[in-house]
Amino acid sequence: MTGGSDALVRRLLAAIACTAVLCLLVIALFIFKEGLPFLFKVGLGNFLLSSDWRPDAGKYGILSMIASSLWVTFGALLVGAPLGMAGAVFLSEFSPTGLVRFVKPAIELLAGIPSVVFGFIGVMVLAPIIRNAGGGPGLSILAASIVLGVMILPTIMSISIDALAAVPPSYREGALALGATRWQAVRMVVLKAASSGLVAGAILGMGRAIGETMAVIMVAGNAIKMPDSVLDSARTLTANIALEMGYATGLHRQALFATGIALLVVIMILNGLAAAALRRRGTGT
Amino acid sequence: MRSPITRSSGSRRLRPAGMAVAFAAAAFLAACGRGGSVTLAGSTAFQPFAEKLADEYNALHPEANVTVQGGGSALGISAAINGAAQIGMADLVDLPPDAAALKGFVVARDGIAVVVNPSNGISDLPMPRIRDVYRGAIWNWNELGGSDAPITVVSRESGSGTRSSFESILGKFDLTVDAIIQDSNGTVRETVANDERAIGYLSYGLVNEKIKALTVDGAPCGKETILKGEYRLVRPIYLLTLGEPSGQVKAFIDYVLGPEGQAMIEADGLLPAAKRDGP
Repeated sequence: MTGGSDALVRRLLAAIACTAVLCLLVIALFIFKEGLPFLFKVGLGNFLLSSDWRPDAGKYGILSMIASSLWVTFGALLVGAPLGMAGAVFLSEFSPTGLVRFVKPAIELLAGIPSVVFGFIGVMVLAPIIRNAGGGPGLSILAASIVLGVMILPTIMSISIDALAAVPPSYREGALALGATRWQAVRMVVLKAASSGLVAGAILGMGRAIGETMAVIMVAGNAIKMPDSVLDSARTLTANIALEMGYATGLHRQALFATGIALLVVIMILNGLAAAALRRRGTGT
Repeated sequence: MRSPITRSSGSRRLRPAGMAVAFAAAAFLAACGRGGSVTLAGSTAFQPFAEKLADEYNALHPEANVTVQGGGSALGISAAINGAAQIGMADLVDLPPDAAALKGFVVARDGIAVVVNPSNGISDLPMPRIRDVYRGAIWNWNELGGSDAPITVVSRESGSGTRSSFESILGKFDLTVDAIIQDSNGTVRETVANDERAIGYLSYGLVNEKIKALTVDGAPCGKETILKGEYRLVRPIYLLTLGEPSGQVKAFIDYVLGPEGQAMIEADGLLPAAKRDGP
């Protein structure tokens, strides 16, 4: 009897797990169905290797948007990853437990703030500061990076805290027993042991940054051109879809679905690279 | 214990659906019995005005059933052509070729104000200079007689009725790639209000004290200048019908064009239709 119900539960859980994969599959199928005819009509080169996006004139180049998405995403990681990981190290290794119990929920609350609020703060506070200090329009890659960096902070931080907590106490005790200081133990032993979890946190943060739309539309300025400085305004792939979907018909609409395909591929490549880096590190040590 | 709960929740789920069907059927029958319902769809800029007009009209004529949907000017045109709506709403200067089959009534006019930050010293620009700024030929305020600072050009997303009207009145051009793109009148206003180097354009009714509307070729953006034809950045708002309107459709359009309808449009920030004509 127990064996039978075990198998049943296992099958049930497997089926439930499959629905998540199925969702992804259906979404991908839908986007490809809508977007692929466009790619055949316009050509991959005209789509991916051109920065000339003028739907009225039949120009559908998204190179500048791919570049903008990458700029903004790496900018967000540059802001969010060090802050998130350093915060996690402090909270789990150096601070009294009472503080963790207060700070961790507070940070998770940050994740619940709607992106439009982050965007609004970015527009009202950040953009004028950047404009006055660095020039340019203010609504820029830099503003988007900072806003997104703060938005991905909770993701990176809470996963990093979990990763550090998963390192067995015996590792720390061993290092301390060998005469290492607290910081040396953290730097040489704990961080190494937790590295895969830390990278996973950064990958999830990256995924959130590249997919974020609302806040980016508000603070990045959405200009269609190849960015050549962090002070430039830029339009990301997600912003392009969201800005124009409401009006688009015919080929223009298909072009936006094709933009979705490009976004999907960019995310897959980034995740693949990160996973590969993780594997190589894993076999190296 | 579990099954009764499931059953009851199932029947609870059914009930609203059943009610909705009954309600829709009742509404449909009522509409048929009373001489037909009228649906408007299209321009989101005119939607709030249309809703208010429809409410008033329905209150005045209990037998009428006028409903309003949004969807954008492009949807308004296609809905009028394929019959999904009896009246399409569009706010474009140049109606697309498909709209040639439709009969158009200009029910209101909307000025497009060119706006800058209140701290900007410039207060007038001729139309060709505005065009130069938006196509990127002029990029510093000192070329326009202002201070030495780069111009932040703020425009709307492609597909916006305001943008397509703005560009076709100025004479078709390619927007500069440096232009900041905002996706609504409101965000254009916020951007310009926050940036002393910015220039933008938006619906005349939405200009407030946080931004400064420029005079264009010496004419301020206002009701008198628009009606006299001195201020030229003006777009018409069309109601479109397939064929000559009749019955309730005609009665509603006549109401909108009549003194009450025009007064309501004017009171809420749009300009009355100066003349009645086709597209």
